[in-house]
Amino acid sequence: MTRPPLPRWLLVLATLAVLLAAVPLLGMAVRLPWADLPLLLSSESAREAALLSLRTCALSTLLCVLVGTPLAVLLSRSHGPLAALARTVTALPMVLPPVVAGLALLVTLGRTGVVGRHLSVLGVEIGFTTAAVVIAQTFVAMPFLVVSLEGALRSVDARLERTAASLGASPSRVLCTVTLPLVLPSLAAGATMSFARALGEFGATLTFAGSLQGTTRTLPLEIYLTREADTDTALALAFLLILSAALLMAASAVVRRAVVRG
Amino acid sequence: MADRPPAGPATHLDCRVDARDVELLISVPTGRRLAIVGPNGAGKSTALLLLAGHLRPDSGSVRLHGKTVSSPRTHVPAHRRRVVSLEQNPGLFPHLTVLDNVAYGPRARGLGRALTRARTELDAVGLAALASRRPHQLSGGQAQRVALARALAVDPDLILLDEPLAALDVEAAPDMRRVLADRLSGRTTVIVTHDPLDLWALADLVVVVASGRVVQSGTVEDVLSRPGSDFVARLSGVSLLYGTALDDGLRTPGGDLIGVRPPSGWRPGADAFATIDPRAVAVHVTNPCGTLDTHVSCHPANSLPARISSLTPAGALTRVTAILRDGQRVDAEITSRHAATNLLSPGVPVTLLVDASTVKIHPR
Repeated sequence: MTRPPLPRWLLVLATLAVLLAAVPLLGMAVRLPWADLPLLLSSESAREAALLSLRTCALSTLLCVLVGTPLAVLLSRSHGPLAALARTVTALPMVLPPVVAGLALLVTLGRTGVVGRHLSVLGVEIGFTTAAVVIAQTFVAMPFLVVSLEGALRSVDARLERTAASLGASPSRVLCTVTLPLVLPSLAAGATMSFARALGEFGATLTFAGSLQGTTRTLPLEIYLTREADTDTALALAFLLILSAALLMAASAVVRRAVVRG
Repeated sequence: MADRPPAGPATHLDCRVDARDVELLISVPTGRRLAIVGPNGAGKSTALLLLAGHLRPDSGSVRLHGKTVSSPRTHVPAHRRRVVSLEQNPGLFPHLTVLDNVAYGPRARGLGRALTRARTELDAVGLAALASRRPHQLSGGQAQRVALARALAVDPDLILLDEPLAALDVEAAPDMRRVLADRLSGRTTVIVTHDPLDLWALADLVVVVASGRVVQSGTVEDVLSRPGSDFVARLSGVSLLYGTALDDGLRTPGGDLIGVRPPSGWRPGADAFATIDPRAVAVHVTNPCGTLDTHVSCHPANSLPARISSLTPAGALTRVTAILRDGQRVDAEITSRHAATNLLSPGVPVTLLVDASTVKIHPR
């Protein structure tokens, strides 16, 4: 369908938006020490930070899917003020400043925190461990999965679920063989976004987990710490993060297209 | 309800649903096919939801083949009943192949040889060749047949049909109706429909519901030949005229006379109604009794002054709906040519001539 032409000024502003996103990336590409990239990325601290990021992000994404999916299913079936409250509370970390999220985690789960104090007595220390990194990442990343999945779940045709039940499928079976397969593209997209958010997590991690090499110093923390003393390494690691983000977006698009095509 | 004794313990629904003001009493002998007809919002869908187990009655009970599945104390959920549904929308699982769709039920119920069962059922509806297709690659008629195969693959105790042909085009519907008639014979079935053809082809028994209550029930022949409501009359294609019994016919509240030889048990003065076949009604733009149109046998009875309310052309024939002086409706089926040459249009005053030999009158 053809539409009437767009105003010219719109083109100017849209171009400005593209430049805003692209120019910093180009600037980085120009400044990147391309030839030394393999060497820079194979340094001990860089390798440790990258592997730690990969491990913690995989784990936190898994956690997001494991508990975020049931939450999204429950929210998609719930109405009323209680559901609205639950929806707001679980989505809040999405808009919370990361440093505030980290502070909240610290005063709750830290050694002297409201809950952490009791865990400490039992010999469980969370603050400044890899577990703290995973918790911080899950805390901030989960809403991305829940929000995108809940919308998709609401649009699933209830008749299909009713038909499945009539054919003898138990509630678990309906969920696993009809409901979830139908929202698989959104689940994949949600998990990708959660992973990406976890990968970029900085503020909450630094506040709650600190910056111990090999234990809590993830890629963003490593970049922040090396950016002045060793700008080239910082840039190389930044390139690694950009590459990962781009790959994630591409993978998500491929999955979505594959599922749609059936 | 049935004139023959039921073959086994009946499927029986005797329920109240307060929120919908529905109170229904419906019974289907095992192996028989029952149609539920009635205007929109009469409670037909509620009956299906109750039978399927998607809705709990506030009081009363549902029995499937003699076993209580719903009562104030018990509620067997949908997935533990052997009740399957076929709706207007085939509702195939879009992420599964045709074969996996049909095998879904047998797998969910843990029946053995799920794929073999599925292939047998697909074959029975003539679609074995499409087993590996995806639902979006099927035509509407094919999808509906797959849905039927999927429903029957679990060997259900009760099959619920909710206007299964309504969404099909005119070519696919007769085909599907034939497949349904073939595959459902001898199976306990409840069908909701608006199409009189479905009644003849797919049902043995009918209940008529209106405002949440059963108002008439019986065999298809009984109910359609002796409609007890305007709705059923329209469904069966005849018009219904209410009035008072006379010695030799019926007088409408508007004073129009229908002259017919009365049936036995006829009591003059009592309430009565006449059923009129639209094909036995002629439409004249002038009063034939006042013209030289001598070939029309003219009698004050069976000559009804009316005003045209609507015209529905269907090829060579046109259905004319006319309103009598007392507001009752009478349908006439005339040639479209007659309608055109006489410039018939809504609002035109006409005289309806009824061929009395085809009119039936009934006491109320």
